[in-house]
Formats: sequence, structure tokens, C-alpha cells
Amino acid sequence: MTENVTKKFLYVNRKAPYGTIYALESLEVVLIGAAFEQDVSVAFIDDGVYQLKKDQSTDGIGMKNFSPTYNALGDYEVTQIYVDKESLDERGLTADDLMNLVYEDEDDDYAEKSSISIVNRDELAKLMEQQDVVLSF
Amino acid sequence: MTLHTVNKSPFDRNSLESCLRLARPGHSVLLFEDGIYGALKGTRFEQLVTEAVKSNSIYVLLPDLEARGMRADKVIDGIKTVDYAGFVNLAAENTRVQAWL
Amino acid sequence: MKFGILVNEGPYQHQSSDSAYMFTKAALENGHEIYRVFFYHDGVNNGTRLTVPPQDDRHIVNRWTELGKEHNLDLVVCIAAAQRRGLLDENEAKRQGKDANNIAEGFRISGLGQLIEAGIQSDRLVVFGD
Repeated sequence: MTENVTKKFLYVNRKAPYGTIYALESLEVVLIGAAFEQDVSVAFIDDGVYQLKKDQSTDGIGMKNFSPTYNALGDYEVTQIYVDKESLDERGLTADDLMNLVYEDEDDDYAEKSSISIVNRDELAKLMEQQDVVLSF
Repeated sequence: MTLHTVNKSPFDRNSLESCLRLARPGHSVLLFEDGIYGALKGTRFEQLVTEAVKSNSIYVLLPDLEARGMRADKVIDGIKTVDYAGFVNLAAENTRVQAWL
Repeated sequence: MKFGILVNEGPYQHQSSDSAYMFTKAALENGHEIYRVFFYHDGVNNGTRLTVPPQDDRHIVNRWTELGKEHNLDLVVCIAAAQRRGLLDENEAKRQGKDANNIAEGFRISGLGQLIEAGIQSDRLVVFGD
């Protein structure tokens, strides 16, 4: 493992869960990548916002419900999660439709804070432009 | 600066639209594979792309264009054609490459 | 310049493996270095030696093997994605109690950390997928 280089990694998710495997295997990359102690952000754009929809229940389709795994991101210190507001709006979704992803802020007496920021296009474009590596799924 | 790559037909997916919405002025966009259909004159995306040419450098991968029976004269004015070596150069010249899959 | 390449789709089904190959070849011809080619999602199927395309078609798997041999490329197949899709090397076949392995020459199976490492070590990471 490489310890001395820190890069800004952005994972861009633009696909809905279950219909294809991209969402699940993207999450696996984010979790593995967390061990490398890079500066990690995750963005959900377009159909990718559906990955964070709360109340997923896959009993009827015979597939594993992997949505609880997103809750583990905070424990892996993946705390910068960006959701594109326009993508939510277009789909008739609001922040209340999403899972409540949180982390404990060790610099603030382990207060529980939301990992999710809902961002507009300028904020998102700016975020993308700050990255060293953009991994798209 | 960012090189954005789009490999989807705009008629099939919204990759091109999302890319152009989130690309900053001055960024480069390469259309390849089925993405080349977004580079052509006469489609319902022509206006969107013509607008984008004013603020972004847009490129189309010639081998993908020709494979699909299209020629450079069908391409919207201001879009430049490149080959794979040109694609490599664009990737090297920009700070990062962002794929719009 | 050092490039990392990520291939997310299988051979023949999608052009991304062809595009990645053409890009990699062009990069090498123009004096660049390829730090690693990482195969993920269905991209792992680029690494099976059991592929038998029609004679008049390109042999995508062999083409990677040959380019790899010529330029000493690190062709890495993701282990988690490979296991799901039935791609095994000798060690994995033994470990999983399977009676055969099917990895092509020049490819190796390893963890997702190799992709992150490619992102860290390469000057540019270029993603080919669907």
C-alpha cells in the first residue's frame, strides 16, 4: 500500500441500483479505497441518486439489499457525499427520500453529523474540478 | 482543466447532457464510440452542442465516426476530429479525465 | 506520462475493451507508460483464455496478452468481480475447490486495492465502460 501520496478521489455514481451491478460494485470500490487514506468524495448524479433511496426492500426480487452498506461509509471515514439537486428535482425526490447517512465527527466531540450535502450544478462542477482522480461508474 | 469523455448516443442516455451541464467553461469534451452521434449536424441535439462549442473545446474520435458511416463534413462546425493518438494527447494535456459512462 | 486504464466491460459485448486497447496502444506508441490495466465489472471477461472468436474477427483476449508481453504490461483482473463471473487462476481454483481455471496468459488476479493504487500512482486514470 502506498502511504505517502494523498490524492483527491471522486467516485461518480450515475446508475440506479439492481437493474445493473454497477452501483453495488462501485460501492465495493469505495469501501476498499477507504483503506488507502486518500481524500475521498462520492457523488450521486442522474439515476445514481436512486442508490440512496430509503426503504429499499429486495425480498421480492431474490437479490441482496445492499443499501444498508451505505450506512457503513461513515465508519470508513467516507463522509463527503454529494447529491446533485437537479437530479433529485427531475425525479420528484427530496432529501427526505434519501437514507440518513451520518458520521461521528471526532473533531467535534463525536457529534453525529450528516454525510450528505445536496449541491447545485456550480458546486458539483467545482467539486469535480478539484479532483486528482475521477472514477465513474 | 478536465477532459470529459462521452461514449453514449444522446438518443440513448443523458450522458452528453449531464456532461455539458457540469463541464466548466474551457473544459474539453471528447465524443467517441456511440458518443459520436452527438457530434452530428441535423439531430435534435445540434443546438445544445453548437452552444457548447462556444465555451468548450469539443472533439470527436474520427475512427468511431467513420466506423459508423459518418464523415467529418457531417460534424457540427467547431468540433475537431482526433485519432487515438489525439485522444492520448488530450488525456495527457488535461489535468484529469472524467468519463460520462 | 504514466496512464492507468480501467476497463469495465467484457469483450465483444461492448466497444469499451476495444477502445481501451486502442488507447493503450496509442499511448505506448507515443512514448507514454502504462502503469496498469485494471479489469472490473464484466471487464474481467477480457482475461479468460477459453475465448474462441470466429477466425475472421479480432481476438480481444490474445490481443491484450500480446500487447502485455510486448510492453511488459500489468494486466490485473479484479478478484471479487472475477469470482462472481467464473474467472479463476490456478490458486483460486484450488482454494475454491473448482476443477479448472481459465485465466489467460499475461493476466493476474488481484484485489480492488490495485485499482486504487493505479489511481494514486498514475498521472491520469482513464475509464472505459458502459
